[in-house]
Amino acid sequence: MTAGLDHDGGWRRLHPLSPVVRSYRGFLAVLTLAALSSSGAIGSGAGPRWYDVVLPAAVAVAAIVNWYVTRWKLDGVTLRIETGLLRRDSRQLPVARIQAVDLVRPFLARMLGLAELRVRLAGSGDADGRLAYLTEQGAVALRARLLAAHHGLDPATPEPAEQVVTSVPAGRLIGSALISTAAIAAVVVAAGAVIAVVSPAGLIAAAGSLVWWLIIVATVVWRHVSSQWGFTVATSPDGVRIRRGLLGTVAETIPVQRVQAVRMVEPLLWRPLHWCRLEVDVAGHLGRDQAEGTHAVRKALLPVGSPQEARRLLRIALPDTPPAVTAPPRRARWKAPLSYHFLAAGHDGTLAVAVTGRVNRETTWVPLAKAQSMRLVQGPLQRMLGLATVHLDAAGRRVRAEFRERRQEEARALVTELAALSRTARKKAEYVTPPVPVRPVIPAGAAAPGDGDQAASVAPPVNASQREA
Amino acid sequence: MSPSPRLWRMRCAEVIAGGGLLAVAAGIVAGLIAGPAAAVAAVAVVLLGSLAALSFARNRFRSWAYTERDEDLIVERGVMIRRLSVVPYGRMQFVDVSAGPIDRMFRLATVKLHTAAAASDARIPGLEREEAARLRDRLAALGEAKAAGL
Repeated sequence: MTAGLDHDGGWRRLHPLSPVVRSYRGFLAVLTLAALSSSGAIGSGAGPRWYDVVLPAAVAVAAIVNWYVTRWKLDGVTLRIETGLLRRDSRQLPVARIQAVDLVRPFLARMLGLAELRVRLAGSGDADGRLAYLTEQGAVALRARLLAAHHGLDPATPEPAEQVVTSVPAGRLIGSALISTAAIAAVVVAAGAVIAVVSPAGLIAAAGSLVWWLIIVATVVWRHVSSQWGFTVATSPDGVRIRRGLLGTVAETIPVQRVQAVRMVEPLLWRPLHWCRLEVDVAGHLGRDQAEGTHAVRKALLPVGSPQEARRLLRIALPDTPPAVTAPPRRARWKAPLSYHFLAAGHDGTLAVAVTGRVNRETTWVPLAKAQSMRLVQGPLQRMLGLATVHLDAAGRRVRAEFRERRQEEARALVTELAALSRTARKKAEYVTPPVPVRPVIPAGAAAPGDGDQAASVAPPVNASQREA
Repeated sequence: MSPSPRLWRMRCAEVIAGGGLLAVAAGIVAGLIAGPAAAVAAVAVVLLGSLAALSFARNRFRSWAYTERDEDLIVERGVMIRRLSVVPYGRMQFVDVSAGPIDRMFRLATVKLHTAAAASDARIPGLEREEAARLRDRLAALGEAKAAGL
């Protein structure tokens, strides 16, 4: 039942049912194509061909071979994954560098009691650090071991207890998705109305395409709702744990000290209801598109919620008190007429916050200890008005706090000040949380797995160090 | 510090060669279509354009500047849009030194600093080869000494 033990140095195989789960989509696609082509719906329709048999067989064989040649092992501080039939591919994932750990369970895997474990490192792409599939208990246990080792504890430490902070009610989730699509629907209806006025004949054609539009919108809403269904945020000494999903479920764990930036988005249409969305940026990404949207660097910490909930989560992700913000001078209206009403920014010794946006208000918090670079940009119009914009970049593609349209002298001083402050913040962060001790040999732990008391006694120190970090 | 004066010569050569080729092509096309007067006008227009490009390149070349400070590197550039980047050495992921065929003719190289943020652009073009190598080694050494985790 459990993954087969190889008995050569602790190497393990994935679960024997993984080829089934991994290839069923491709298998179904090929079978559908074969059925279509043999029934004459597409192609020449000359009955079954040899490739109708060979293609599904090839897909199945490839999946089985892939399972057969893949093995993994966790030895102390590195997770090793070896795969590949002709070209052996050996990955070593240092546990100390973990950015996040996800437990993904697509629908079929869930039926079979399997789960996929994804380990995220900074800058890792594609299929790095995926173990698909393990048994559910096996995956949970491995996650606990990885995270314990990540915090420099004995890997045998059982998973610490977690505290649920907030969850998103189904009604609010569906409501928010519908409101968001209402804007698109309004545009479509308006376009239809215009066409109807111009030529009634065109309306019939437009109505035909309207059906397609509705299908697309429904798909988008469905995807959003099913992936964010039952969204629950919990804190544990391992970090912030997010659980979500309707058919396939995802459990993400983000170590708090890995948060690069937090963003709060308040869309225009949600404003009457005082709803907002909270997102965190974590370095590292996954290229694969399996199981409902974990491929973004940006993770929703709260898909929709009240400002109070958002503030509570913000305090968990960034324990420091957010600094006060100031608005840019009034002359900035000439440069940014559409976004001036939102523009504001501020910073203190640990955190920078910037508010931007034209229609949707976006607030970004970047811890100065995570700043990668500071930039000052001044366009011709800004130069005429004596303004400049300062960017504080964090790791990622578009992760930054933008101090938009500040006074020129202020911006100049700000760049140097931010550089100095982020240097001190970085040094302090390193002093408080020294690099996780790398111990090649983990002493045989006194902790017995499944011992609840152990979790309680181990938890506080980790929690404390995280709060300080 | 600023890039080597040879970068300016390289830009001149690029503009002159490009402008010259374009002038000849424009002259021939205009001459075939609308006669010799048009050919002269076309060549004149292209040459004027090249002159404008040359003055822009001059300003652009002058705008480049970089300063190595104790903890970070500052790079300034831009004529229309002025940009100033501050990259702490500790945040450097890797350093690129690249030289295209034209760069090599002028014995120049471009040094580029990469951080984990995609947006931070610290690129210094037109460095003399020795200076590029020195800067690369210095940055690599400093980056290692001051490296900070993500």
